Amino acid sequence: MLAKRVIPCLDVKDGRVVKGVNFVGLRDAGDPIALAERYDAERADEVIFLDITATSDDRGTVVDLASHASERLHLPFTVGGGFRSAADIRSMIAAGADKVSINSAAVKDPALITEAAHAFGTQAILVAIDAKRIPGGVDRWEVYTAGGRNATGLDAVAWAQEAARRGAGEILLTSMDRDGSREGFDCALTRAVARAVDIPVIASGGVGKLEHFAQGILEGEADAVLAASVFHFGELTIRQVKEDMARHGIPVRM
Amino acid sequence: MIALIDYKKGNLRSVERGLAACGAEVVVSDEPEDIARAEALVLPGVGAFTDAMATLEETGQADAIRQAVAAGTPFLGICLGMHLMFEAGEEHAVNDPTPGLGLIPGVVGRLPREDGQGARYKIPHVGWNQVEAADDGLFKDIPHGSFFYFTHTFAVPDTEFTCGRTTHSVTFPSAVRRGDAFGVQFHPEKSSDAGMRLLQNFVDLVREG
Repeated sequence: MLAKRVIPCLDVKDGRVVKGVNFVGLRDAGDPIALAERYDAERADEVIFLDITATSDDRGTVVDLASHASERLHLPFTVGGGFRSAADIRSMIAAGADKVSINSAAVKDPALITEAAHAFGTQAILVAIDAKRIPGGVDRWEVYTAGGRNATGLDAVAWAQEAARRGAGEILLTSMDRDGSREGFDCALTRAVARAVDIPVIASGGVGKLEHFAQGILEGEADAVLAASVFHFGELTIRQVKEDMARHGIPVRM
Repeated sequence: MIALIDYKKGNLRSVERGLAACGAEVVVSDEPEDIARAEALVLPGVGAFTDAMATLEETGQADAIRQAVAAGTPFLGICLGMHLMFEAGEEHAVNDPTPGLGLIPGVVGRLPREDGQGARYKIPHVGWNQVEAADDGLFKDIPHGSFFYFTHTFAVPDTEFTCGRTTHSVTFPSAVRRGDAFGVQFHPEKSSDAGMRLLQNFVDLVREG
């Protein structure tokens, strides 16, 4: 049986791991490769490196990171942030990344999803969606790009469906309302997207407590759950999280 | 020497590192000559069947692989590399499948989104799943039901050469063996200790001749 995945996310800036709280106020949590190796040993199911600097002139640093990660890790890893073209994606995959996560570039040019999926296979292409609840009491969410700075007017569920139709292999779905809040995933958002697409959905944003992970799977219907600071600062271990998920009857790889 | 076949599509470094860690001498090559002289071949896999096959045919790698395998050179296909072992793949055209290496008969098709009871499953099949293997060569000392990392949309057909099975929407072949030609649907190089054990077993099989 396919296990539900637990994925630590490493936000990387200038070669160091940082974690934003509501996308501002960054804290330093260490060397990305060393941290990822620790998660590998703890049986994390994969890791995601998210490059939050992502300016065109520092692409080399991120490609180097992917290259070192592929030499030292024995688990799959994704690199996200700053992709603008299929050539950017190609260089990252050539450096050893198993998957790339594209966000703003996919919104700007949805054909990039199709192009990349054709070249590298759908399984190599994650589309990351940063979504924020639209005020007014209805369950609707708007897509934001550029690290949460730009509202796009796109409906998150509709955009996830289009991304899937265009060849995305997974959706990495972050609730901007919950990110950094420690209140748990936005399960309504996660469930709305998970039910709307046939590809796996990774829930992200909001984990603060152990039980939030199982909630993301059971209430959010996510295929994988992602967190950052609770792992980086040693508040929870991967094993604790998986044991709790197993107690809730969720299949996990221990 | 193990030739790790480079067809300019994917991620070879992890496979290269994994094999090297098992004590193998690995040459990453896109030259048919290296395929011809190698003691064993590894065909890794990321990407699309049609693209990959076009490149392998253009470069002469495809014929070199067919000849080497026919001559008994041990072979390991990983993920897409496993798919390419088959007669054909319908990744881009269901009615007009792209010919593959033809080492094993049958056409590679899409994993169904529903099981027999109509329950829906997420495709691609991504993540860690269990392999029930019946091969004591490649899976030596690997417990039944060990988890390996999968990421794929297509699966190979069940044939007499299936030696490992995994269940998602349906039960599909996750390992195949025809003589000394092996294929695995999962990524051993990404599958932690069980994956490393499998690569070690392949390297040992090559060494023992």
